Amino acid sequence: MADTLLSTRSLKKRFGAVQATDDLSLEVARGELHALIGPNGAGKTTALNQLSGELAPDSGEIYFEGRPITHLRVHRRARMGLARSYQITSVFDHLTVRENLALAIQAHNGHNFRFWRRAGADPLIRGAIDPAMARVGLEHRSRMPAANLSHGERRQLDVGMALAGNPKMLLLDEPYAGMGPGGAVELTKLIRRLKNEVTILLVEQNANLALQAASRGYVLETGTITLEDDAEKLLDNPEIRKAYLGE
Amino acid sequence: MQTIDPLVGGGKRSVSRRTLAIAGGALLLLALPMLTAMLDEPYLVTLFSRILIYALAAVSLDLMLGFGGMVSLGHAAFFGVGAYVVCILSAHGFEGTPVLTRPFTVGGHESALVLWPLAVLLAAMAAAVIGALSLRTSGMHFIMITLAFAQMIYYFFVSLEAYGGDDGMSLFTRNTMPGIDLADDRQFYYLCLAALAAFLFFAHRLVNSRFGMVIRGCKENERRMKSLGFPTFRYRLVCFVIAGAGAGLAGALITNQTEYVSPGLMHWTRSGEILVMVLLGGMGTLFGPVLGAAALLLMEELLSIYTEHWMVYLGPFLILVVLFAKRGIYGWIAGGNGNHG
Repeated sequence: MADTLLSTRSLKKRFGAVQATDDLSLEVARGELHALIGPNGAGKTTALNQLSGELAPDSGEIYFEGRPITHLRVHRRARMGLARSYQITSVFDHLTVRENLALAIQAHNGHNFRFWRRAGADPLIRGAIDPAMARVGLEHRSRMPAANLSHGERRQLDVGMALAGNPKMLLLDEPYAGMGPGGAVELTKLIRRLKNEVTILLVEQNANLALQAASRGYVLETGTITLEDDAEKLLDNPEIRKAYLGE
Repeated sequence: MQTIDPLVGGGKRSVSRRTLAIAGGALLLLALPMLTAMLDEPYLVTLFSRILIYALAAVSLDLMLGFGGMVSLGHAAFFGVGAYVVCILSAHGFEGTPVLTRPFTVGGHESALVLWPLAVLLAAMAAAVIGALSLRTSGMHFIMITLAFAQMIYYFFVSLEAYGGDDGMSLFTRNTMPGIDLADDRQFYYLCLAALAAFLFFAHRLVNSRFGMVIRGCKENERRMKSLGFPTFRYRLVCFVIAGAGAGLAGALITNQTEYVSPGLMHWTRSGEILVMVLLGGMGTLFGPVLGAAALLLMEELLSIYTEHWMVYLGPFLILVVLFAKRGIYGWIAGGNGNHG
């Protein structure tokens, strides 16, 4: 088995009467793309928010590169190389594509208590912007405010910002949600390109698309993992086909 | 077919309009003492010094409010701290008595070059303490906690009987500065103008720097900034401290301008006035707060000739501006789009 980059052990999170995460344990191998699939309300985003640090689990442990990160805050995890994108696309609407990426690059490149020089003139940032735009295919939208992008492009930008710091791992939160057929094709291309560069945990309701891209899949139901296997086998599994692929 | 980006299309025109407006405003302010001498209205120089000083306080508030998204109702506290530092130390300097004897002796002083940086420093320190506690909250809670801290400082100075308590205290003479006679209203006016111009230039560099980009990002989406790896708290705190320091400088100037300080300088209604200047002039723009300060103080001056209930007229005007002008008075003059850092 390849070495494990991210793992969780018996994560639990309760909201009132709802056990949103129940004894969740998973392992993501370095260099691979794993998918976490499950129906609406299974607790996918709750699980992801605990991985990224926006929610604290009630109990259980999270390890990244073998180090416990359960109690590290969001920005510390991001700086360790654990990046995320958002289901509800989270970009800076008033900034242009270029500026959005510049801001994301800034987080990992040099320090930010610089009060005088124009941010746009900083060579540390300037040199990294064009590759970052090319990576998510937004070169032609460079000067456009993020608010004017299409839904699919905004998602590409969101992913591009998560990638800007060259993370070791990317948590993708339902990237296909709300995506039209055209956008979904673009996104699939992007994910296929990225999986050679960075370890990915793809949290997705669209089991078909997710499992086609993944090497391994986890099925999450009511906060706990009910099934895990190689993605190909899950795609052939009659129960999965019935429950998630509408057959 | 892709439509042309409206910001780029309209940007060119509004940039030149903006440059024109700023150049016109700067010329007017530079020539003002000459104009008032011709009109034989020397009082106007005093009024405009006051406007420049409040403009400085408003610009400093806008750094955190308009660019950093931190709505504070306690900004006058730092204004008042700066004012009191200068007044108290000047009084001791004038009398030749020490301010402190324990744990070490601190004497008074009358030099602006000593007092004003000290006012800025102490205002910044007050901002660091208040900011460090307040910034753990957000939204309405942040507004209320900044208000509460400012009122605490207000009551502290009200209870400070040795320095006039409720009644405030007078400055015997304006501070001294080599080469400049601060007692001369015209020279003092130009000093205020220079201070405002310097602070505006600093703020302009700041909001476009790496630090400024982080602050603006925090305003728009703090959660995302954290997930990108920014420890947002410390950036917002530094912004809060810089804003407090700017208000401290304005406070040092206002003491010299009015030659009098009172706790009223830091009452929450004063914080409200500075906030109104920012909103009226255009939040998130650098020159907007200057226009807002001028508009508010000039209207107060004009309307109070006719009625003591001038707020009755100002209130509806303010509501109209906030409702219909996205970027306040500045937006009307310079056009509403583009980057106004």
